[in-house]
Amino acid sequence: MVEPLVTMRGITKHFPGVLALDDVDFTLAPGEIHALMGENGAGKSTLVKVLTGAEPFETGEIRLAGNPAPVINHSPQEAQERGISTVYQEVNLCPNLSVAENLFAGRQPHHGMFVDRREVNRQAARIMADIGVDVVVERQLGEHSLAVQQMVAIARAISISAKVLILDEPTSSLNEQEVARLFELIRKLRDDGMGVIFITHFLHQVYQVCDKITVLRNGHLVGTYAIEALPRRDLVAAMLGRAFDDMAAIHRRSEDEVDRGGAPVIAARGLGVRGGIRPFDLDVYAGEVVGLAGLLGSGRTEVARAIYGADAADEGTLVVKGAPVKHSPIDSMRAGMAFCPESRKDEGCVQDLSVRENIVLAEQTKRGAFRLMSRAEQDRITREYVDLLAIKTASLDTPVKQLSGGNQQKVIVARWLATHPDFLILDEPTRGIDVGTKAEIQRLCVELAGEGMAILFISSEIDEMLRTCSRLGVMRDLSKVGELVDDEMSSSAIMSKIAGDEAGDD
Amino acid sequence: MATPVLKARAVRQNTLWQRLSAQFSGNNFLVLITFALFIAIYVVGVLVYRSKNFGSLNSFFDMLNSNPGLIVIAAGMAMVMISGGIDISVGGQVAMYCMMFAFFMEKKGANAYTMILIVLLTGIVFGFVQGILVAYFRIQPFIVTLAGMFFARGMTAIISTQTIDITNRSFMRLATFKIKFPFGGYTNAGGVYQQPFIYLSVVLALVAVAVVYAIMTWTRFGRSVYAVGGSEQSALLMGLNVKRIKLGVYTFMGFLTAFGGFLFCLFSTGGAVEKAQGFEMQAIASSVIGGTLLTGGVGNILGSFIGVLVQTTITKFINFNGTLANGWSSIVLGAIMSFFIILQSVFAMVRAKRR
Repeated sequence: MVEPLVTMRGITKHFPGVLALDDVDFTLAPGEIHALMGENGAGKSTLVKVLTGAEPFETGEIRLAGNPAPVINHSPQEAQERGISTVYQEVNLCPNLSVAENLFAGRQPHHGMFVDRREVNRQAARIMADIGVDVVVERQLGEHSLAVQQMVAIARAISISAKVLILDEPTSSLNEQEVARLFELIRKLRDDGMGVIFITHFLHQVYQVCDKITVLRNGHLVGTYAIEALPRRDLVAAMLGRAFDDMAAIHRRSEDEVDRGGAPVIAARGLGVRGGIRPFDLDVYAGEVVGLAGLLGSGRTEVARAIYGADAADEGTLVVKGAPVKHSPIDSMRAGMAFCPESRKDEGCVQDLSVRENIVLAEQTKRGAFRLMSRAEQDRITREYVDLLAIKTASLDTPVKQLSGGNQQKVIVARWLATHPDFLILDEPTRGIDVGTKAEIQRLCVELAGEGMAILFISSEIDEMLRTCSRLGVMRDLSKVGELVDDEMSSSAIMSKIAGDEAGDD
Repeated sequence: MATPVLKARAVRQNTLWQRLSAQFSGNNFLVLITFALFIAIYVVGVLVYRSKNFGSLNSFFDMLNSNPGLIVIAAGMAMVMISGGIDISVGGQVAMYCMMFAFFMEKKGANAYTMILIVLLTGIVFGFVQGILVAYFRIQPFIVTLAGMFFARGMTAIISTQTIDITNRSFMRLATFKIKFPFGGYTNAGGVYQQPFIYLSVVLALVAVAVVYAIMTWTRFGRSVYAVGGSEQSALLMGLNVKRIKLGVYTFMGFLTAFGGFLFCLFSTGGAVEKAQGFEMQAIASSVIGGTLLTGGVGNILGSFIGVLVQTTITKFINFNGTLANGWSSIVLGAIMSFFIILQSVFAMVRAKRR
């Protein structure tokens, strides 16, 4: 058997009050794409940080190929010198520099005291050609798509040192085609003998590229498996430590249960934004969860924004509970709408404010700045929703930034539930959070609908929509191209709608 | 599924058009517009004020002769802004350096060349301290240099509250040293031929601009400054020593400010507490007109020079007109800056859309 690139044995690490890693083993062989799986807080990131020297560890040893003695990295730079590079979810490059400059920043070939720019460009073109990415290296990085930027980050990593590549959630912001390109690149690197550690929340992606899976749970090693030996269902069970039935326990409402007697909560007719979403019709009744399916950038979010008034519509009408409304977010809020946006970092949580302040934010805005809520009322509301959504927080005064991603997401949902909306828009509410919390949020949607709320649910994961929604609008190229109801809904039906009938074989 | 980006492993051959468009895709595009605007204003001036010798070389050189300090400091300001910072202490510093020259040479009999050295060293130390505060104590550059501005103005008054004219002979020799041009002049109403000339200070200023440009464009340090301004976090993760780079920027800026202060003093030949009032804003305005973004990462040193030219041309316009109040030059300048800022954000939006 070939010598492994990385061997980690008996790694243990504490964070204050938590056992982050408990006697964990991990082995990475050359020419292998190895998935590291687990819920948030399972210890994936900690394990990688220990390997790259971003965090110290207490007991255990790390061996790297070519080093006779155990190795301890003290900083990511040191790990990089030993051949271990990391590419993060957010592209950590400078958009204002050219692709070539990003590849060589801080280590440009020199000519006396001046940078040899021609040589920089020549070598950069060589590197990009080697990994098979066709770009003009003189162009600014920011002009390229996120996928290309991600690949430039990888190119930089492997051009510095080319043995172990760690990819931490690299696909979260990519669309499907871009993911496909990225995977092709990763496979190529594997075939060249590199070892790749791949961390992701997307289960299906694991099965597309990985050779092995190591599963962690609560800081413990559950096991390392060959990909064929661990079907998806068993993987989820391993990650959760409980049977898959939790997922199955969600019973979406059927369209028959929806009362269509009254006026729809939301009725959009020919609503459109010039240069944005094309005119669309959409009705959402009380008690139903309507999904919007489509590729990233197909106009799902734009539909939500047009309805909420975040983008001013240029044409069409919107009737809410039988009454036409004007278009601005504050009017929409007063009309009983709530919008949980897609990116919780930028548009959602105010990171430095406490859980309480974040949760009462929307309700307070709705009431106006001059009708302050009493502290007691704030506490009552916050406690109610912290309990309802099982938000894990040390106290109501804990800053939101200290919460895990899944709990931050719940805080945003809580914020909008506190306004008692009739109509709730959830844009990618489960992105980047662990499977258990995902299931909780999905179940919550169905329950809320059962209590008479109307919900618009946007997600990239078709399985999730099939579980939660009773009706699906399908988006393609900024147009709504169709609707699927109850029994019509299936993965293949959605795919072929998204792809368009004429491109069925794509 | 076809994946067009991944192709055979051949090194890409760019067409001429691709190379050109890559050249002008980023920092250089805005400068190009500034340059075109300057040419346009200037040509209009030449045509409108034909009878008043607007187009003579003398008139053009006047613009340089009266602004050597601003030319240097605006170039430095662009550098600081590219790094993502700002330096509003430059006006106060220039006043302080002028007062140092005037007071120590006139009242204490100091040697002119010694004073030049002392002033340049003071500038380096001043910039170094501001740099330490910005880079290692992580204080906002605006706050640090605001404090620097108050300090420098106060120090000027502590050195002397008088208005002192410089008469030192070696200093005045430098100040009045002219490089004459054998062509391009005109004959004035009295029939005397006016030979165009530039002061030594202008040559020094242009050399300084060229040096700053070379450093920012062709050295590792300069390219790292762009990287830090583009994304500090990324620069850090790429292994750049962000703190040291920032310290370098502010220290170099301190030197440039002192050098610019020296050139300013060569032109104004005197010291007074209220000298170089609003100078920092002129430098920032020049950089913004020259295509440097306040948010950092984007900018061009030569753009600042053109920015200075645009500013002085507008002032010249107002002066040549004769009937317009001086206030108009501020108003026009404000309008032009607004135009540029709008242009920059349109440019950014177009780029975002194209992606």
